[in-house]
Amino acid sequence: MRLSKVLIPLAAGLSVFSTPAFAQTVPEHGVFILNSLLFLVGGFLVMFMACGFCMLEAGLVRAKNTTTQLTKNIALFSIAAVGYYLVGYNLMYPLGDWAVDGVLSNLFPAIAVMEAVGVSAEGADDIAYASTASDYFFQLMFCAATASIVSGTLAERIKLWPFLVFTFVLTALIYPFQASWKWGGGFLDALGFLDFAGSTVVHSVGGWAALAGALILGARRGKYGPDGRVVPMPGANLPLATLGTFILWLGWFGFNGGSQLAMGTVGDVADVSRIFANTNAAAAGGSIAALILTQIVYKKVDLTMVLNGALAGLVSITAEPLTPGLGTATLIGAVGGVIVVFAVPLLDKLKIDDVVGAIPVHLIAGIWGTLAVVITNPDATLMAQLTGIVVVGLFTFLISLVAWVILDKTMGIRVSEEAEMAGLDSSELGMESYPEFSR
Amino acid sequence: MKYIIAIIQPGKLDAVHEALGILGISGMTVSEVQGYGRQKGKSEIYRGAEYVVNFIPKVKIEVAVEKKMADDVVSAIKTAAGTGKIGDGKIFVLSLEDAMRIRTAETGADAL
Repeated sequence: MRLSKVLIPLAAGLSVFSTPAFAQTVPEHGVFILNSLLFLVGGFLVMFMACGFCMLEAGLVRAKNTTTQLTKNIALFSIAAVGYYLVGYNLMYPLGDWAVDGVLSNLFPAIAVMEAVGVSAEGADDIAYASTASDYFFQLMFCAATASIVSGTLAERIKLWPFLVFTFVLTALIYPFQASWKWGGGFLDALGFLDFAGSTVVHSVGGWAALAGALILGARRGKYGPDGRVVPMPGANLPLATLGTFILWLGWFGFNGGSQLAMGTVGDVADVSRIFANTNAAAAGGSIAALILTQIVYKKVDLTMVLNGALAGLVSITAEPLTPGLGTATLIGAVGGVIVVFAVPLLDKLKIDDVVGAIPVHLIAGIWGTLAVVITNPDATLMAQLTGIVVVGLFTFLISLVAWVILDKTMGIRVSEEAEMAGLDSSELGMESYPEFSR
Repeated sequence: MKYIIAIIQPGKLDAVHEALGILGISGMTVSEVQGYGRQKGKSEIYRGAEYVVNFIPKVKIEVAVEKKMADDVVSAIKTAAGTGKIGDGKIFVLSLEDAMRIRTAETGADAL
């Protein structure tokens, strides 16, 4: 079975397994059933985050680019499913079979294979743990979430097809390759790097790939005036952006709770419960921090930053949603909210145009969340956390940069000036979101 | 006949509609418009960057009336739409040469 990151909960589970009390309360194969159930429920909650990202982005782009943004979101989610099936899953989980020890899976390239239809207990890949397809399904959803992060930053000016090609590279190669170093039991895992549900492995990776893309792509035309002035381009539909944020908040219970990766013991169920409560606390902390800070700094509350603040709170707690108490979780999330309020204008100063704020939310809050593990988890070391952040960051940023440059030189990644002015909906798709409304 | 165009605050439309109804006008045309007068635009903040909204949303009302009603209509709009603050809008009164009801081909004041 895969998932080396469950070694600790699994070991705890096995020790309980031998006691008579456990045998009386959980039916035969109960652990297998409950663990698989956790993956399935967690997995479809994370799947719904794709909808959350889609609605958030649809709300924060201008009306003339909405259909394109919707198209990119459903396409990237589907492409991730193919990329992860063909290459990603076995690249990410070598099961101890390394071509380069701790770095590159020896199972690469090979497609993912499920257990047989109606498999028996004897025939199951790992009857003491969970079904292979439940694990595959759960992990695929994380891979797709990484790709969703990229699309928001690059909105309103990138061509559809080069973006989708990059999505394939990200979900089939970049994400699974670096994820194997931690979650596949590779060298970062051996080093003691801790990242429970992926502040670095998922969120920062999406953020780094988005940053590389934004640098090659450039800002939207007219976003930065010649005198250094920032020209806001307000999103078309804040109700949709708010709906998207709430959906992401909901999905995060599956993202973090499911990452306990086991639900067959009292301890595991209690831990999943702690994670749910902490995840909610951190989102609340991030949202409140942004609410108060925007009032103080800008004299008026900025809803879009409050939404980003909630998400930054969620990203911040993702590296360690288990060990903090509710108060600490709230504070860890609140720092994420503070990061957003200062990082959004900072990126604008650097003329890095991030339409939805994915870089502050996923990359910068992801780094903070990964560092914050040391506050509550005595097993974490600052050195190991920093090593993970730097190694994963450098790798993802540089490979993404190369991929974007190649795509730019071959296909061209940016739409023409006329197309950008007219909106990508008419130039890329010829289909508007609200065709019956006059402009 | 007179053609009266009033640019008012969007929130005052119902009050104006009611006031003109009491006067007995036979119809009106309403549209959502944007513009500026002495009030100019206003500045807003989005994601930490300040920007100026040059054109403020207003409602435009158009009414065609007989000449003898024009003064009453203008003062009814003024009373109903006024708050005394900048941004209340403007009323324009134009001479109206002719009119026709398309269904019956009636013209002049009969068409109003």
